[in-house]
Amino acid sequence: MSVLLIAERGHKMSWEALAAAQQLASALGSEVKAVAIGAGVAEYADELAGAKVAEVLAVDHELLAAYTPDGFTLALAQLIEQEKPAVVLFPHTYQVRDYAPKLATKMGKAFLSDATAMRVEDGRPVFVRQLFQGKMNADVVAEGDGPVFASVQASAYRADAVEKGEAKAPVRAVAVTLDASEIRTKPLEPFQETKGGVDLTAAERIVSVGRGIQGPENLPVAEKLAAALGAEIAGSRPVIDNGWLPLERQVGSSGQVVTPKLYLALGISGAIQHVVGMKGAQTIVAINKDDSAPIFEIADYGIVGDLFEVAPALTEELGKG
Amino acid sequence: MNIFVCLKQTAARDSALRVAASGDWVDDADLSHEMNEPDAFALEEALRLKEEHGGEVVAVSAGPARAASTIREALAKGADRGILIEDDAFADSDPLVTARALAAAIAKEPHDLVLTGLQSDDAGFGQVGVILAELLGVPHATIIMQIVASDGGLKVKRELEAGWFQHVEMPLPALLAIQSGINKVRYATLMGIKKAKSKPMARLTPAELGVSLEPAQRILKLYAPQKSKQTVMLEGSPQEQAKQLVEKLRFEARVL
Repeated sequence: MSVLLIAERGHKMSWEALAAAQQLASALGSEVKAVAIGAGVAEYADELAGAKVAEVLAVDHELLAAYTPDGFTLALAQLIEQEKPAVVLFPHTYQVRDYAPKLATKMGKAFLSDATAMRVEDGRPVFVRQLFQGKMNADVVAEGDGPVFASVQASAYRADAVEKGEAKAPVRAVAVTLDASEIRTKPLEPFQETKGGVDLTAAERIVSVGRGIQGPENLPVAEKLAAALGAEIAGSRPVIDNGWLPLERQVGSSGQVVTPKLYLALGISGAIQHVVGMKGAQTIVAINKDDSAPIFEIADYGIVGDLFEVAPALTEELGKG
Repeated sequence: MNIFVCLKQTAARDSALRVAASGDWVDDADLSHEMNEPDAFALEEALRLKEEHGGEVVAVSAGPARAASTIREALAKGADRGILIEDDAFADSDPLVTARALAAAIAKEPHDLVLTGLQSDDAGFGQVGVILAELLGVPHATIIMQIVASDGGLKVKRELEAGWFQHVEMPLPALLAIQSGINKVRYATLMGIKKAKSKPMARLTPAELGVSLEPAQRILKLYAPQKSKQTVMLEGSPQEQAKQLVEKLRFEARVL
């Protein structure tokens, strides 16, 4: 009864999830099998085989060249039927969110998504996940028998914690049957939209605004503070969604991942989608009127207060030199 | 086009949350509730598609009795009719249980397009749409930023990671999970609110639909997260807080 790790080619989170799989397998007294899925996966399978895993399963099919939820679900369902793992673990990527719930449903199981930690209690895996925009945590278990489907949230485990194997693990090809008629969606080539040329990853200081800024008419409060700090302006997802700042100024899992010396969060609650984009900052300051906002959990300095009073006071204080 | 839009009613965003005596969910009694914000974008997209292509928008929710007010809000904004699958269990049901109920209600009627928000602001699984597509046997795509509907098919723009996008084509019927920010949501007008009162809202029970409420996953314990860092909280007036912070940033953190 193994822990099956479904790796996503070329995604750093696959290695984080592999580290999680190794730790979980060890706690379960089990072993990890890593799965390389796609078309022409030999090189990727070989890369995975360098890690401490029992074996690498290569699911190679021309109809898996481009990701589709139908193709990946049908192929992995066949693999899971054959392998009968105890746990099927995924990195919590956008792609995984797009098909893992479908796959689990097809097998009549729940998908315990976006775990930030996991442990074994009474011989069964317990997953920790965030709810209510990060304001609550929950310990979650799967009900019933059969494989447990779960995914690992970004940055919950370290990619460099992956244990290397003493020798290369064997790679085993697993044949799956797919027919083109079963794949109902047709994905076209991925593209990037023209960027405005803002590289937040290079910024030493960032003033980032969240929902608490209330509207674009209040942005000057943040812009004046940014100017006083020599900082770039950025925003969290709701600010971008509302069109108050352009997409290229978004920090978070769907925007840029930044590691400035100073990250000053104004009116940002700190949902995990935002936190994964900025928790690597050297110093984090949070200013928020809600003292239970999760941003305070990762802040070095916190001010509970009205940003419309605190930010101008800060700008003035900085001006005193 | 027959469009179903799935709506969840969730705790208002600024709610002060307390763990309930049961230990596995928040105390619902002292909370106010509103339409899950990501679902409002799905509703808006449904209304726009109807305005462009004709047809009907049905707002469907699996929730406790209070969720009727969220359906009523959708009717006020322009949905034609509502379906409430009513049971208290849906307040904290797992996504598979919720999706099974929604699928049973939607499968009974002709449906061309089913829309959901990307995730809920409470449980935040982001799974109901994808599960629902599997249960209905229709193709799906998630994180949708744009929809172009033509004869019998869709071309959608989906968001990938790190600033990448992709167009995906698929036949109808289909399900789309809508990304927040795809559109600017409308407010209900006074006329709309008035009209909503006479629009039909069907109330169904899980038993009538023949769906089980047996959970597929269970919360053992809900709790406030532990701090991972020792946060220095600065007290005093805004001026005093600002002074302390600048001092700390200069001489302690040395980032200025």
